Amino acid sequence: MPDTEYDAVIIGGGHNGLVCAGYLAKAGKKVLVLEANDNVGGMAASHPFADGYTASVAQTLPQLSTRLIKDLNLKQHGFELAHDGLPTTALDIDGNHIQINGSSLHGVSDQDNKAYLEFIQMMEKYCNAVKPFWGKTPPRIGSGNWQDNATLAQFGWKLRTLGKTDMAEFMRVIALPAQDLMDEFFDSPLLKAALSWDFNVGNKLAPRSPNNAILNQLLRNIGDLAPANSYNSGAMPLPKGGMGGFVSALQKSVESLGVSIQTSCRVQQVVVEDHQIRGVLLENGKKIECPCVISNADPKTSFFKLLGARHLEVQFAHRINRNRNKGMVAKLHLALDDLPGFNGLKQINGRLLITPSMAYIESAYDHAKYGEMSEQLAMEILIPSIQDPSLAPAGKHVLSANIQYVPYEIKGGWQQHKPALLENALSKLEQYAPGIRQRVTAHELLTPQDLEAKFNVEGGHWHHTELCIDQWWMNRPTYGASQYKTPVSGFYLCGAGSHPGGGVMGLAGKNAAAEVIKHDNN
Amino acid sequence: MTTTKHANLSASEMATRIIEPPYKVDRPKLKLAHEIDHVQFGLLKTPFYQRAKTFSWTESWGNWNGYANALSFKDPYVEYFSTRNTCGVYDVSAMCKYRIRGKDAEAMLNRMVTRDVSKQGVGKVAYNVWCNDRGRVIDDGTLFRFAEDDFRLYCAEPNLDWLMLSSAGYQDLEIFEESDDIAGLALQGPTSCALLRAMGLGEVENLKPMELNFFPFPIKNPVKNPTNNSAKNSAKKPTGEIMISRTGFTGDLGYELWVKPELALTLWDELFDVGQLYGLMPFGEEALNMARIEAGFILPEVEFHGALHSVKRDYDHSPFELSLDWMVNFNKPHYNGRQALLEEKEKGPKYRLLKLDIEGQKVAEGSIMYSDKACRNEIGYVTSALLSPATKANIAMALIKGDAVDGPLYAEIYYQTELRWHRKVSKGTIRTKPFWSPDRARATPPGNC
Amino acid sequence: MTNKYDAIVIGAGHNGLTNAAYLAKAGLKVLVLEKNEYIGGAAVSRELHDGWLYSNCSYVCTLLRQSIHRDLNLSRHGLMIIPIEGNTAFGPDGQYFAEYPDPAMTYREIKRHSPRDASAMFRYEADLTRFAKLIRFFLLRTPPDPTSFKPRDIKELIYMGTKFMEMGEENIYEFMRFLTMSAGDFLDEYFESDLLKASLATASIIGTALGVYSPGTAYVLLHHVMGDVDGSLGTWGLARGGMGAISNAIAGSLKEFGGDIQTCAEVDELLVRDNTTYGVRLAGGEEVYADIVVSNLDPKRTFTRIVNKNDISPELRKKAENFKIRGSSGKLNIALTGKPSFPSFPDDNLLQKGSFMFVDSLESMERAYDDWKHKRWSRTPFVEMTQSSCFDPTLAAPGNYFVSCFIQYCPADVEGGWTEAKRAEFADSVINRISHYSPNFKDLIAHVEVRTPYEIENEVGLTEGNIFQGELTLDQLMFNRPFPGFAQYRGPIKGMYMCGSGTHPGGGVSSACGANSAREILIDLKRNKIDGQDVVPKEHEDA
Repeated sequence: MPDTEYDAVIIGGGHNGLVCAGYLAKAGKKVLVLEANDNVGGMAASHPFADGYTASVAQTLPQLSTRLIKDLNLKQHGFELAHDGLPTTALDIDGNHIQINGSSLHGVSDQDNKAYLEFIQMMEKYCNAVKPFWGKTPPRIGSGNWQDNATLAQFGWKLRTLGKTDMAEFMRVIALPAQDLMDEFFDSPLLKAALSWDFNVGNKLAPRSPNNAILNQLLRNIGDLAPANSYNSGAMPLPKGGMGGFVSALQKSVESLGVSIQTSCRVQQVVVEDHQIRGVLLENGKKIECPCVISNADPKTSFFKLLGARHLEVQFAHRINRNRNKGMVAKLHLALDDLPGFNGLKQINGRLLITPSMAYIESAYDHAKYGEMSEQLAMEILIPSIQDPSLAPAGKHVLSANIQYVPYEIKGGWQQHKPALLENALSKLEQYAPGIRQRVTAHELLTPQDLEAKFNVEGGHWHHTELCIDQWWMNRPTYGASQYKTPVSGFYLCGAGSHPGGGVMGLAGKNAAAEVIKHDNN
Repeated sequence: MTTTKHANLSASEMATRIIEPPYKVDRPKLKLAHEIDHVQFGLLKTPFYQRAKTFSWTESWGNWNGYANALSFKDPYVEYFSTRNTCGVYDVSAMCKYRIRGKDAEAMLNRMVTRDVSKQGVGKVAYNVWCNDRGRVIDDGTLFRFAEDDFRLYCAEPNLDWLMLSSAGYQDLEIFEESDDIAGLALQGPTSCALLRAMGLGEVENLKPMELNFFPFPIKNPVKNPTNNSAKNSAKKPTGEIMISRTGFTGDLGYELWVKPELALTLWDELFDVGQLYGLMPFGEEALNMARIEAGFILPEVEFHGALHSVKRDYDHSPFELSLDWMVNFNKPHYNGRQALLEEKEKGPKYRLLKLDIEGQKVAEGSIMYSDKACRNEIGYVTSALLSPATKANIAMALIKGDAVDGPLYAEIYYQTELRWHRKVSKGTIRTKPFWSPDRARATPPGNC
Repeated sequence: MTNKYDAIVIGAGHNGLTNAAYLAKAGLKVLVLEKNEYIGGAAVSRELHDGWLYSNCSYVCTLLRQSIHRDLNLSRHGLMIIPIEGNTAFGPDGQYFAEYPDPAMTYREIKRHSPRDASAMFRYEADLTRFAKLIRFFLLRTPPDPTSFKPRDIKELIYMGTKFMEMGEENIYEFMRFLTMSAGDFLDEYFESDLLKASLATASIIGTALGVYSPGTAYVLLHHVMGDVDGSLGTWGLARGGMGAISNAIAGSLKEFGGDIQTCAEVDELLVRDNTTYGVRLAGGEEVYADIVVSNLDPKRTFTRIVNKNDISPELRKKAENFKIRGSSGKLNIALTGKPSFPSFPDDNLLQKGSFMFVDSLESMERAYDDWKHKRWSRTPFVEMTQSSCFDPTLAAPGNYFVSCFIQYCPADVEGGWTEAKRAEFADSVINRISHYSPNFKDLIAHVEVRTPYEIENEVGLTEGNIFQGELTLDQLMFNRPFPGFAQYRGPIKGMYMCGSGTHPGGGVSSACGANSAREILIDLKRNKIDGQDVVPKEHEDA
């Protein structure tokens, strides 16, 4: 390896980039992280959107593991949970809400309650079977490599040890759409819709989309921060200080491990000479030499903007290009001068869902499919300032909501339609929380296009690229790059566009670091 | 889009109401048949067809990219000898032609093909192959360079999709198809240069092999179009230019002549006005095939199956397998398939395309190849075979497994005598040089015959 | 008539008849029971209007396995499959995309829409053919049970694995991706012309309660193009004499092998004692006995109507109730007194004889699906109009035409239920759609038979009128079809088997379900060999 100042340069200081840097530094590598924005964290950062009000773009940590926190000493660097398991409330307009708290339900029939326990049991079995593979480099088929073969054999074994019935059932359930799965278990439309929310959130998928019911759910359930035995769809750990709290701990941690971080430092181009990675060229004209460049950006940005398609094989580039990566979620931040009151809800103690029925969600999706917008929006709402007062001035609150389905491109353009989206969202909130409109003192609305511009994520997609079964595991982002290593020697991926995908878990970064180290040792 | 228009609904109704996407079912006005472009049925006619058909005794036409392509005119052997003895023309209008222009054109093409395009000067023509990611040949063709930033690619089959895929990542670039906008004739044979000179294209003799140039055209005669009943128009002769490249597919001295379709008949007439004295005649695909086998040229979908068409794994071939090693350049910027080719070079190709001289007189068409006379150990198959009229060699081009090329080679030949089928096993000897490669094909100026 | 048989097959659809024919060929005494007064199930030809013969359910075929055709001597019993020359898809303004039998013509036709697409078609076809060739090996094979450690299952899994590996590493990933993605997304990766994509996407939604952009529809597309007529992959064929010719030929073969068929004999209940079946009771109360009972009914009907609730586990009953068998297609069978004119389409185009698909665009197809989701027939349906009588002189007198119109989507259950008025409204919407392209169409109509899923369910017996006897989604394919653990044609009750399209490999008039099921029965009876030869063959390696 040529003598350069750094062993690895990581483009993008999102949480995966930082985690990757941390693990590399722990292995004795000199690492430089370059972040285009003023602060690190990417879409996982907190940012003040109004005077004294802070919100995070992604706000919960259901997938984070204690292992990672320990490995990177995050607790010593100030990581703390404001709440270890936020419950979920499925809002009903008339106040007959359903509370989902870990493994218990309130507000549903006994039948549904019983079914929920069965459902959780089933899901936990599947989660446990698949769990080892999220934190592992996806295998290749027929490569002859013993590690690949071992992973495949382990996968087969894990499926087999589910037992005959569960294995067979798993292979059926994995292909179901959310709606069919929910219909098989439950009666209450509100419950079905609320539980199905997590199946499709972030993706261009709806309750009736086959092959995608449980994949996202399996992913969301790999974390272990929530109290033991709590099914994660109803229990979400919330970090203190919002995601910023997590990210700043992460930043401190990796810096203490010797990682250099440069913010406001945009990479213009990855430098390739003689088929080798030579480093990066910054927008300010400076060149940093380094034989190993790891991109935390989404696959399209990584390969087309940073590396340049001309250094890639044609079919490979085509496979990256065909990745579906158009975001479907908008983020709404409201600064509230007082806590809003929701119809019939005594206490807001966690996540609130506006998902009256699966048909309602499907209908919102139907509009978005054609680049239109539904007036009836489905929403996931958090008021994190209840658990963490540091996010807002004393006595005031921050509401942040994920709005599905908001198309990346809308007919007529977002310039024209953004006010209508805000209006639709507010009036939807108003129906459930009368009077909330008057409490709003400031707002911020981020459409997928805004996310794209702000965080340099092509398509503005939560997961960088759709997390669905055809873009999963060995096909994430595509074969040839699914093992973090890319066809260009020395260029790696470590972002959400790689296995295991989006969400705040840091596993893509961790897995990528392991691959970089493995490759160096060979 | 405000909520006020639903003010009469209760909150509960509002919250759960499913609003369907607005969707108009009004249908646009129906276009009538005469307003729509339709596809022409049957084989298309090339711009030369009108003249060419008057030469056709056999009326034997094949299908080349949808165009009627003469398989033969009178007798393939006679036609073949025109390319070796006098000169002949072969209609290449049906070729696919793609224009690649722009500042990034060179870089884009250089990423696509295995040879170094930056070394190809303006006014030069280069034979190229391009590979998929696995280093398997998709197709071959000739790349014409008109200017620093202007190229045209000629290939036998459609490749626009691949060109477009290959252009990902290049901005200053335009790619478009010109297949139907250019008519072409391959003028091949020892007297071809003399004929062109006699036509008034004297400068042609200075063209070196694989060079191109443009000349004013037509040189003398206006178009003679018997079916053109507009007398006024026929007086006005179309003017333009002709592009001549010293290229061809016969391995002999020859040129390819390219004009706009409206000048095609003029070109034909001018050629044939003078051509009588130079033994000019049209030749068909069968004659061409004989000539190209003698010259050792490979033909897509005969010698190799295009990688993008291949259904079965490894039924396609790499440039190394096709013995095109000389075309694989590892000292140039990244190009498609490079990594795979590098690995293959190290491991050694699985197949080699060999030129064989088969003992005896029986043509080894479609023969399976063995490493032993008893035909126990299969090692490959023959792709093209010909009993060469010019050299009297019994030529076969065969794909032989990489590890068997140094051993004995036997062809299992089935042949028919008065309808009765026979089998014989004949030994093959590897020939490294083309069977037919006269000095005049390389000399500049090439001489009169 | 005796009432004791070796085997009883419930339902004289083509799969039931195939199953029975193979059993009879192996020497079993077989009886096929059919509730209707005619045989054929959904593969029938009926003279529903004087002088016109209707293939009133299924109307084309491509998957019928050649080896079955040969084994059962179907040609001798009157079957001939004629290839359809091509098809034409129409856009809203009359622009059309035609797929000709000659690839060079099709190339030029695509070029008319997009030169790039014309060239991309080669790549598309190679990729699709690769997948089709892989799947075709498994059509006439029993799916292995991946949870089983039995040598036979493991051997079969290894066989599958080998076939997969033969495709090469990249193609395995591509195939995994293909199986789970949507047809719309898949086509977007190859083509830019919307009309071309819409035309190709038709195959992905026929009979399916999913939209062109629903994940999983890429497989349905493949299911419709992996068949062949005489080796020409993706070509569709018509049975001379209507689809009934297929059923009649198989019935002829069955009778030749000594089997019996009884029509107007609706089975009421499967007779079970000690978890073993011993026959069936007919609707009239009559009992017929056999140690083997094969149900050709769809899985939902089989396990919720024929099989007594107490004879199976509640889990299985639930599986049957959850079985996805959604009705999404309607049909209009129309007798015409002359050739309809299509002013956008040249009169001399040879595809005047082919099938016409009114598609508009991918978006309009997806919107048609949205309508179905809201329990109503599509405002702009996808209509495939096959002019069957152009190919088959037996269907109508010279100068008269029989056209079979397949409509996607039409729900099994409309708001308020199907009524005569709604049916008429539905029919009008389809005829208006066709009339947009063919102004004289209405004037030529002599008779229209309207078939919504309601009619299909009530006449043919397909639950919800689903033409495949169950959705072709990944959760109901291969070893998941019809339910995990029951994919090898054996029912939960000893002696009870399934042979309908609800089993692997699914619908599409392939006869493979019936044949595979017969193979399993004969293996259980140790009678699948005659003179060392399999009675029911597996897919030939040449396939």
